[in-house]
Amino acid sequence: MALRIIESCVNCWACEPLCPSHAIVAAKPHFLINASKCTECAGDFADPQCASICPIEGAILNSDGLPVNPPGSLTGIAPPRPTLIVTESPPV
Amino acid sequence: MTVTAWNKHGNAQRGGCAASSCGSSSDAVAQLPDAIRAKVNNHPCFSEDAHHHYARMHVAVAPACNIQCHYCNRKYDCSNESRPGVVSEVLTPNQAVKKVLAVAAAIPQMTVLGIAGPGDPLANSARTFETFRQLSEKAPDIKLCVSTNGLALPAAVDELCQHNIEHVTITINCVDPDIGAKIYPWIFWNNRRIKGRQAAEILIAQQQKGLEMLVARGVLVKVNSVLIPGINDAHLPEVSRIVKAKGAFLHNVMPLIAEAEHGTFYGLTGQRGPTSEELQTLQDACAGDMRMMRHCRQCRADAVGMLGEDRGQEFTLDKIEHLEVDYAAAMVHRAEVHAAIEAKRAAPATVSAPRSAEMLVSLPLTTAGTKTPTPPTRPILMAVASGGGGLVNQHFGEANEFLIYEASVRGVRLVGARTTGRYCHGSAHCEDGDTRLHKTIRVLDGCEVVLCTKIGFEPWGQLEAAGIIPNSEHALERIEDAIAAVYQELIAANYFKQSRIETQRLTA
Ligand code: SF4
Ligand code: SF4
Repeated sequence: MALRIIESCVNCWACEPLCPSHAIVAAKPHFLINASKCTECAGDFADPQCASICPIEGAILNSDGLPVNPPGSLTGIAPPRPTLIVTESPPV
Repeated sequence: MTVTAWNKHGNAQRGGCAASSCGSSSDAVAQLPDAIRAKVNNHPCFSEDAHHHYARMHVAVAPACNIQCHYCNRKYDCSNESRPGVVSEVLTPNQAVKKVLAVAAAIPQMTVLGIAGPGDPLANSARTFETFRQLSEKAPDIKLCVSTNGLALPAAVDELCQHNIEHVTITINCVDPDIGAKIYPWIFWNNRRIKGRQAAEILIAQQQKGLEMLVARGVLVKVNSVLIPGINDAHLPEVSRIVKAKGAFLHNVMPLIAEAEHGTFYGLTGQRGPTSEELQTLQDACAGDMRMMRHCRQCRADAVGMLGEDRGQEFTLDKIEHLEVDYAAAMVHRAEVHAAIEAKRAAPATVSAPRSAEMLVSLPLTTAGTKTPTPPTRPILMAVASGGGGLVNQHFGEANEFLIYEASVRGVRLVGARTTGRYCHGSAHCEDGDTRLHKTIRVLDGCEVVLCTKIGFEPWGQLEAAGIIPNSEHALERIEDAIAAVYQELIAANYFKQSRIETQRLTA
């Protein structure tokens, strides 16, 4: 049970001081969560603190590997639709 | 223009400043109550006169932010307090203190240290206050200031007052949560992320409360607003009225800068920024209510130097790391330099009062009693390429910004500054000269004359084609004198007989 910071992190420091478990490290090239320390804030806060302040959609993943803040959820800018690549003209 | 100064004591002070408000005894700062005037007198961002003589610096110790603004992309610095698309080197409080001492020793004119980002200083209160604590102790001759979005302000007021912070800037873009919801998508509040109108409501309440608390403690408060056409343009005069009523002493309206390549919500959704003219109109609308900072440049979060210049590259971490600064000695030297500047500032003030009066009298419209019919005149805008010191002292092609003055029979006054080289970070990234020239000409829209020390043949022709008269005959003169002289030349040449359009055709 731990959250994970991935490479889209912009090293803004917002999450680090909020973590009740001191699980966040200002690592290079981007911040990291120490999985053995992260409690997902259980018992301390209703919401995981890092993911509640992180300004970057997709930078923090939950224990299932899914973004806690999926594309569009923070900026309001809808993610680009998956484009269908049509290689042949479809049968009529 | 009429200026209403801070009316904390219930008596608003009104004073005309038809004559130059820059570098003369009619400097608008002169109309502030004594206590405040003393505080802002040497502050380059507040006093139009001081910005010619003193320097300020910012240190980037505060990376985190507790809100999201639609004009900001957190990959970069806060685009309100800094220029968009810029990344500052984030310093620890210890590094920041070292840098400040090194700069203060090398640039004695540096009197103001600000923390403005790259995020929100009060969302990083431990880092911000540690920096302030060390500096008040080690460099008591440096004024400290801080900028904030206001969300964490009420909780920080006590500690701010302990560190003897001299002024606080709050960015207030609206007082209406429905408008706020179009500017702020979310805030982080009481350990939760809150979105939409509710977020804006909390933010606005915190900003207003923080403003009131600071004023009650006697701390100077400046308010910044970002002008976003179609969102808060019609609303900003009300913001201006309210923050002034609550005791803010300055309101500074800045243009939204939104480009798709910055990856901001506004940039990506095609929200445009205001034209230079829209900005000026709004600044004029708010000026009736409050003193505006016409000479403000949006500085980057790690800016060093006089307004409009950035010497940050001289003081990077690796350069200051091994530096040992004897600040006690530096402070003695700094005091001498400040005394010399003050002596210089005091001297021309006594001369310039009669001088500007003389200028007014010598303008044709006021020469009542003469038989000759008075030629027609109207107020016009002139742009000046100046590197500081209150002089026309820059080459047209080297100017990254132009000071904009209004000249009329009533006198000369600074109405703003327009930047051209905002995204130019050296030749590698720079557009070719031609595009840059076109950009500059667009920025000068509405101006009829541009004063500089020198100008190339090519830009001369293009400026004329655009209806702007280049003038390099007043190189190294005092800006106000040069503009007054050019205005008189125009009157003498019967320039105002023709409409602007005709003039353009004639010179095209
Ligand atoms: S979820 Fe909570 S405990 Fe885990 S890293 Fe984030 S803030 Fe720390
Ligand atoms: S808040 Fe997000 S972007 Fe900022 S440092 Fe933490 S993970 Fe990285």
